[in-house]
Amino acid sequence: MVGATESPNQATKLEVRDLSIYYGDQPALQNINLTVREHEIFGIIGPANSGKTSFLRVLNRMEMFVPSMKVKGQILFGGRDISKWRNVYALRRLIGVVFPLPVGLPLSIYDNVSLSPRLAGIRKRADLDIIVEKCLRRAALWDEVKDRLNSLGSLLSGGQQQRLTIARALSQNPQLLLLDEFSIAVDPVTTMRIEDVLKELKKEITIILVTNLVQQARRLADRTAFFLSGRCVEIGETEQMFSGKTEDPQTQAYLEGRFG
Amino acid sequence: MFTATELNIRNQKIERRVKLLFLLMTILLVIPVILILGVLVYEGGPLISVDFLLTDPKDGMTAGGIFPALVGTIWLVIVALLVSVPIGVAAALYLSEYARDNWLTRVINLAIINLAGVPSIVHALFGVGAFVLFFGFGTSILAASLTLAVMTLPVVIVSTREALQAVPQAFREACWNMGATRWQTIRHVVLPNSVSGILTGVILEVSRTAGETAPIMFTGAAFFLPFLPQTVLDQTMAMSLHLFVVSTQVPGVPEQLPFSVALVLIAIVLTMNSISIAFRIYLRGKKKW
Ligand SMILES: Nc1ncnc2c1ncn2[C@@H]1O[C@H](COP(=O)(O)OP(=O)(O)OP(=O)(O)O)[C@@H](O)[C@H]1O
Ligand SMILES: [Mg+2]
Repeated sequence: MVGATESPNQATKLEVRDLSIYYGDQPALQNINLTVREHEIFGIIGPANSGKTSFLRVLNRMEMFVPSMKVKGQILFGGRDISKWRNVYALRRLIGVVFPLPVGLPLSIYDNVSLSPRLAGIRKRADLDIIVEKCLRRAALWDEVKDRLNSLGSLLSGGQQQRLTIARALSQNPQLLLLDEFSIAVDPVTTMRIEDVLKELKKEITIILVTNLVQQARRLADRTAFFLSGRCVEIGETEQMFSGKTEDPQTQAYLEGRFG
Repeated sequence: MFTATELNIRNQKIERRVKLLFLLMTILLVIPVILILGVLVYEGGPLISVDFLLTDPKDGMTAGGIFPALVGTIWLVIVALLVSVPIGVAAALYLSEYARDNWLTRVINLAIINLAGVPSIVHALFGVGAFVLFFGFGTSILAASLTLAVMTLPVVIVSTREALQAVPQAFREACWNMGATRWQTIRHVVLPNSVSGILTGVILEVSRTAGETAPIMFTGAAFFLPFLPQTVLDQTMAMSLHLFVVSTQVPGVPEQLPFSVALVLIAIVLTMNSISIAFRIYLRGKKKW
């Protein structure tokens, strides 16, 4: 339904051309071609080992930190080839990332959220206060932590830490948010709250959502890609895919939970 | 109902015996420590007084106190630390946070491990050649401390690197992902969370430095100097060398004197170790993840 109302010639946020990823000689992902539109939630589903995390990793050039990782092909972010960005740090600030297991930095809750703006050069306490409150509110965490902003972020509960991670990602003021199986360590109620947050966020930014839960993709994603052992089998409007109109029988099988 | 089989019973028996054996070994280990301390306190304790700590030796070192040696050891340790800590921590940061796993890094790591295995007398000879003669510092606190610094560097590097690597990689990844440079990540997350471990390593290192004799013997420590060093280019007395001298080199030393010197030396080392342990316990209480 949501996907259908999207205008087809919406601006492209991210374009991936012939992307292949290798660990040493071992391919993890081969010949990926896809585009992500502005203000959409782009879902990626697929079984373990299909290369989803590797895909997200190269989008903000984090492959730099894995010596064995090689990337071929082209990734255009906002029309610019990311391998040509001279300042990768600026690129990374535009792309927020949330990991499967929440990583609350061993700093205070306040510093977890204010670190990124501070690194970006914002110094005034009043400005930081505003950013921290805004991001924590958007991540649906403000009410739980507003009285203890100075206690350690790494000692929050798993679900709270995950929302803290989201707040931290938002504090970068990103244009693109990458979520890698964010709900693995989060209870169902919190998951639903975060999902609501994501639907709101979509109005302002673009989101790529990697998930193991096909129903989560169905609830959130406008379009969904199905990855299988390093290949992109199919990309389509989420609604169509889930109503049985898949191009590839493997996708159908995966969606119906009979796989392997 | 669960009934213990013969095998279960036998395993239990073995378990008890193994535990007993390990306990015995542990006790065996503690005995020499207690004996050493006991003898030192018993023999050397009576001589120790504020006067003993704060007066010069007299009568050909057969009487009087140990003041110049005490001060000299403090000088040597501090100057050695001023050199080895910045270099060691910087090297550890490079190796743990920046270096890629290539042949150069491997060669450096190998060099560090080997440097740690070099006997202290060899360091002493190196110190004479390099600092006393080549750089022309003469036999001085500077030359002796530099020799000590070279000797302790590998240990500072290794302990610092361990402290750095105890910080989970996920924290670094999170910082990099938000656009932090390596240095920003180190400054804001890695160092604040490893500084306790680094300091503990450094303090342990200090205590080792304080006890060394060979490296300072030819490079800066004097047999007998009844006045205090004024600059780092002066020679100085030192506790460890003084102990060696009064135990073996001078005739007519009262029997208790070496024990008293040894007791003070050990007290210095143990005090620093306890500070380090207390520090570690204190910081463990404030564990952040
Ligand atoms: N650091 C690495 N070094 C070598 N191989 C790796 C590394 N990281 C991932 N791989 C390999 O790349 C392939 C894809 O892994 P990836 O983590 O991208 O899968 P995924 O789709 O995210 O799986 P999951 O659903 O379990 O998270 C796997 O075969 C994996 O073994
Ligand atoms: Mg993954």
